[in-house]
This record gives sequence, structure tokens and C-alpha cells, in this order.
Amino acid sequence: MTGYQLRRSLLYVPGNMPSMLQNIPLFECDAVLIDLEDAVPLNEKDAARVLVRCFLDQYKVRNKEILVRINGLDTKWALDDLKTVLPGMPDGIRLPKADSPEIVERLDTLLTEFEEELGLDIGHFRILPSIETALGVINATSTAKASTRLIGLAFGAEDYTATMEIERTKSGEELFNARMRVLWAAKAAGIQAIDTIFADVNDMDSLRRETELIKRLGFTGKCMVNPRQCDVIHDVFAPKAEEVEHALQIIDAIKRAREMGTGVISLKGKMIDAPIVIRAARVLRTAQAHGLVDIEISEEDIYGTE
Amino acid sequence: MALNSLGRDIPDTFAGKKLTPYRDPWSLQPHAERSTRAIRRLTHNGSKLVGGLREAVIAAGLKDGMTISTHHSLRNGDSLLNDLVREIDALGIRDIKIASSSIHVVHAELIPYIRKGVITGLECGVNGPIGELISKGELDCPIVVRSHGGRARALICGEVPVDVAFLAAPCCDEYGNFNGYYGPSACGSLGYAQVDAQHAHKVVAVTDNLVPFPAVPIGIPQTVVDFVACVPSLGDPKKIVSSTTRITTDPIGLQIAKYAAMVIRASGYVKDGFSFQTGTGGISLAVAEHVRDMMRKDKVKGSFGCGGITGYFVDMLEEGLFEALFDVQCFDLKAVESIGRNRKHQEMTAGTYANPFNCGSVVDRLDCAILSATEIDVDFNVNVNTESMGYLLHNTGGHCDVAAGAKLSIVVAPSIRGRLPIVRDAVTTITTPGETVGVVVTERGIAVNDRLPELKAELIRMRAPVKDIRQLRDEVYAITGVPRPIEFEDKVVGLIEYRDGSIIDVVRQVRR
Repeated sequence: MTGYQLRRSLLYVPGNMPSMLQNIPLFECDAVLIDLEDAVPLNEKDAARVLVRCFLDQYKVRNKEILVRINGLDTKWALDDLKTVLPGMPDGIRLPKADSPEIVERLDTLLTEFEEELGLDIGHFRILPSIETALGVINATSTAKASTRLIGLAFGAEDYTATMEIERTKSGEELFNARMRVLWAAKAAGIQAIDTIFADVNDMDSLRRETELIKRLGFTGKCMVNPRQCDVIHDVFAPKAEEVEHALQIIDAIKRAREMGTGVISLKGKMIDAPIVIRAARVLRTAQAHGLVDIEISEEDIYGTE
Repeated sequence: MALNSLGRDIPDTFAGKKLTPYRDPWSLQPHAERSTRAIRRLTHNGSKLVGGLREAVIAAGLKDGMTISTHHSLRNGDSLLNDLVREIDALGIRDIKIASSSIHVVHAELIPYIRKGVITGLECGVNGPIGELISKGELDCPIVVRSHGGRARALICGEVPVDVAFLAAPCCDEYGNFNGYYGPSACGSLGYAQVDAQHAHKVVAVTDNLVPFPAVPIGIPQTVVDFVACVPSLGDPKKIVSSTTRITTDPIGLQIAKYAAMVIRASGYVKDGFSFQTGTGGISLAVAEHVRDMMRKDKVKGSFGCGGITGYFVDMLEEGLFEALFDVQCFDLKAVESIGRNRKHQEMTAGTYANPFNCGSVVDRLDCAILSATEIDVDFNVNVNTESMGYLLHNTGGHCDVAAGAKLSIVVAPSIRGRLPIVRDAVTTITTPGETVGVVVTERGIAVNDRLPELKAELIRMRAPVKDIRQLRDEVYAITGVPRPIEFEDKVVGLIEYRDGSIIDVVRQVRR
């Protein structure tokens, strides 16, 4: 099944810590966000980007998506970050403080130049912008459509609450409107919605509650600051047995209908349309990642043949 | 010299004793009787009290060339052995062998007494600087390292005749009944001391808590105790038990624990009657947490937990997850508190625990056990005795006993410590033979011994990260580089005895 990359868990790893970088292949998250921005002190920016490049060069057989969080495009480090790490072939760039579509467009242009220089297909490097200011929230809808490279919109609550001059709480009421704006923007653009980190790595109950909440709202994944949070996040995002069963029935029904050449597909008297099939395929893909089913679903199974 | 079956050079003799090279874990049969001691008739009435430690040494008749023992349940809080050797020296006694159950860092105070010839042999494993100095050739004092079960065997068979056992007795009456449950130096189980009490030629109970007769419940009875000596203190109670036995929060440790739990799940042993042993390390406790969840979820009623007992196991007992605990040593205050009041928390001797020449040891009834490692090699051999520089820094504990006894022994360790590869071509010292190790679990994957093909197949079916142990080694070496071999002199400074008394490896002086 192409076109859908599982991103339930995105782990921040500081770019200036060799011991953590070395362990990246071992973590069971779906994606890693190697950080050159907030986690790296000013006097280590140079060393960190070189270290990250060396790591990318030696980490050839990758078992998870690798995104590098560069410094903001308005800083003096951003260009050097890109110049150093892109030849190491990360899957994409995590763009901080994506306050407007213009910032995303600027990164898109830079990436295109690097792709031409490196002889890569245009669009090779993906972008995951971070919506983390009041302005960013307001502009989220247009930001989400600013580049075809976008794989999703990520919400960053720590900077957001700072710009709003409010405290972040465990219950998170103060984030509700911003989260919804990011969600609507992402869903309207057909890309994924990734929620912010939960900072207290020892409070697994609250992490579970927050992850359950954001899953109900429509987020497809969550950033995290410690690998210990992975199990809880994956557990919340794991499809329930009845969801998997229902999804299997839908895929089976659509296959049978296509074999019979009928355009009308129904299951237990209910019509099945394309979004339901796509959602069922997504459930099965997630279930497969959890080891709940062993099934291959092709593009053809979902969309049929022309 | 002779090569043992694991390819290690074993000298013919060591410290005047003829050696038997290790062959395999099972086949060596004993040719010995149980040790005995002279029958005595008590001529003093009512009390066995002597004035103090020095009087006890004199009363017990300790002389040059004899062997003494203590137990290590007070661990790094123990001051008895240091005080005792000081008194022995003051009395001018020389050439003493120490056959304690273990020696800890606190016993570095014995170093001057080794230098001046008061102590001339250690029939016990060492934790800390004494072993390091002996490995460096700075102290001349032959060491024989035995497992807990192996030590019990050696005492019971008379291979190590203990002339006088000076046993720390946290709660003792004047007629020599004592237990470890109460008092300022309460340490819980006296599992090691019980073997000495039964087999030493003379037994002195040393207490800092003399109580009116009878000191009940009786752990070690008056019938085997010759003298009772009172001292102001047996040691530092804060260091007697560790209250820092906590589940690891390190993501790598937790990953290892998760994989180990997958192995236990795949083994199929987690069902009614399940028996389990784990250590006190953070990873081991994290595995225990997973096991507890499994047992709760599947409503499993286990048979027993054993080994050194922690509050973790106490909680599982009280929750009804196990029928009983077999306790050879308490590792924390909760375990100490439990063993004094809960009859299902059963004190056991080191012999009952792990002596291979028994009619049955508790380790032989174990389903799964979690063991640690300093190094592991591609033949699944494990080292827990020597560190990366080749120095002898650790005792064996029950490692090789449990590995041999348990149906499934699982060794957990990070694949890299600092910059050093833990999974490697060959371990520096073999403590536990690979033929008794079932599975090695690291954060980089699970290696299953070829002896367990069904378990391997089940783990693969479960999508566990199963790897050949050579693949694991190669992955680790790719990060750390291949370690340069440690250089040793020819001189053998210590023996690593397998539990049956054969020699599995030797420790040589490190070249400097």
C-alpha cells in the first residue's frame, strides 16, 4: 500500500549526542526527528551538524523515517544545516516556526536547488512544518498547501504557549483551538496531522490520556521526547480488534465487487465508498505495523484499475 | 597444564591442590561423604557468652593455618570480617584462609593483613579492590571463586573445611539461637550462614542484638552454635540492604527488558505453576514488571520465585501471583520485613538453593531465570567475574547454578557499555558455560542458542528481533571496533570453579 506512511510516533533525538544517535536504529518509533535546533547549544551548532551528517552517512539500512529539524530559516545556521545534512539523504526536513506559507515556499525552493545539485528527483526531500506560534496557527490553512513536499502539519505546543504567554497544563484546554486549526488545515490539504510532545516522561497515564484525546480529534501521530513514550503512543494508536475485523471485511468486499465488475459495493446493507475503503486500508496498515494482521494491500485493492 | 572442554588452559595444581578441568555441566559425579565434625558435650550451663570477639577467637581455638568463614548477608555494611581479622592479627595468628560466602568493597580494609601474612588465601569470590590488586600482582593471595551452590557443595563435601565460622547474628539469644529478621543489623535470610553453621568445626554467633532466650523464630539453632560473642555493632545498617533496587528508566534497558519479556512469553512457561528468578538490577526488575503484567492478565498462579529476594517479589507473593518465595538472601528492607512475618516467604540454605550434589536443588525447579553478564561470547559463554581490564572484580553469585538448573536461562545485557563491546568473539573469563545459556537478549536483538530451535521459531513468528549471535557481535564491532586482547602473564592468581568443583577457567595476572 503506497501513499500512506505510518507516523504514529516521531522521536526527537538531539543532534549533538553521539550516544543517542547511535541508538536510533534501535528505537521502535515510526520516525526520528534529529534536532539541530532547540536541543543544540549555540556553541555546538557546527559540531552537531557534522555529527548528524556522519550518522546519516553510516546509517544506510534504515528501518524508520529520518527527518532533520534544522534551525529556523531566519537564523544564520539554517543554510549550513541544509548544506551539510542533505547529502546524507535524510527523508525530509522538520521546519520549525512555519509561521507562513512563504517560509515553506522558501524551503521548497532551497530543497529544489539542492536536489538539482545532488542529481535527485525534484520533490525527493519532504517537509514537515511545525505550527508553533499564534501567527502560524492563523496561517495554518495556507501553510498546509504551500508545497507538494508537505507530509503533514505538526503542532508545537511549547513554543505556542510561550508566544501566547500562557502556561501549558496536563489537561490541555488551552491548546484546544490551536490543535483544531492545525487539524482542519492538515485534513483540508489531505496531509497528516502530528501532535505536540508530552514533556513529562514519567507520567505515562497523562500521556495516554492526551494521546487518546488527540487520536479522537483526528491526529495521526504524536511527537515524543523519550523512547519510553513509544509503547503508550503505539498502544493508543493500535486499531481495536473489531476495527481490524471490519476493515478486513471492507477490503474483502471491494475485492469481490471488483472481480464481479460491479460498481456498487455494499457490506451488510451499507454502501461503501472510496473514503471508507481508504480508511479501512489505513486501519489494516496500522494493524500490520502492530503485528495484528499479516496482509498485503495494493494500490489496486484500494483504488481499482483504470 | 590441560585444556578443559571450553579450550581454557588449566594448571594441574593450584595452591597445593590438584585440579579437575571442566568437562560439561552434568556428568561429574561426586566421590565424597558429607563432611562431619566432632561431637561435643556442653560443659558450661545456661550460657555460651564469651566476652567479645577476641575472646571468641581464643575460645574457638583458632590457630595458625586454619580457615575461617563469615557470611555476606550484611554486604557492604559488614564490619564483622574486618574486626575479626584485626583481632586475629592482634593475637599473633598467621596464615589464615578466608572462606566467606563473598567479600565486598568494604573488606578492602583486609589488604594490609594480606600483605603481612595474616591472610594467605581466599576460598571465596571477591567484589572490589582486593581482586583487582591480586590481578595486578600487587598482592600475593591465591583466590578460588565459587558459585553459591558450588561453595555450599565444597563445604558440605569437606573440600573446604571451615575451622571456625564467625556468623553475624542480627537477633541472637545467649544460648546461640539466632535469626536475621530483627535488630539493628537485620538482613533477613541467613541462607549462606546456614551451610557454615552445619558444617564448620566450630561456630561462633556474633551479635549486636542479644535478646532473652529463646530468639524466635529460630533460623540457626543452639545445637550447632559453640559460642556467642557480643559486639557493639555488626556494621552500617544503611549499607546492609540496598533500598535503591528500582526499575530502570533507561530506554535501552527498557528495550532489553521488553525483548526478554517476549522471550518469556514465547517460551510458554507463563502458566499455572510458573517459577521464576530474577536479579536486582534495573533491567531484571523491568523484566519482572512485564512478567507480573503477563501473570495478572492471564490469571496465572505461579509456583515460586527464588534467589535473592526483593520487595518486588514480595509484592507478587502478597498479590497471590506466587505460592511461595525461596529466599537465600534479602536484597531490600521490604524483603527483610516480609521474611520475618510471612510463612510463604521461605528461608532456604545455599545448599538447598543450588548445591549440584544434592538430591534436588531449588534451581532445578526453575522455569525461567534472568541473569546478567559482563561479557558474552559467540558460544554463549558468559563472564561475570572479570572486567574489561582483566581484573577480578566480581563474585559469581548463583550465576552458573541458575543457568544450569533453570529450564530457560535468559542473559540480559546492553550490547555496548561505554565504548566496549559486550557481545564478542571470546569472553575474558568463563563463569558460565554457553551450553547452559538459553537466550542472550540485548537492545540490538535476541540470540537464541541452537539447542532451542522451537523457541527460536516461536520468537520469529512473534516478529521478535531474532539474530544470530555472530550477527549481533558483528553489529556491535561495527560500532566499537574489535577489542584488543588483554595481555596476561603466565601466573595464575585465581581459579574460577564450576559448581561441581571442576575448573572452568583461571584468572591470570594482568601484564602491566
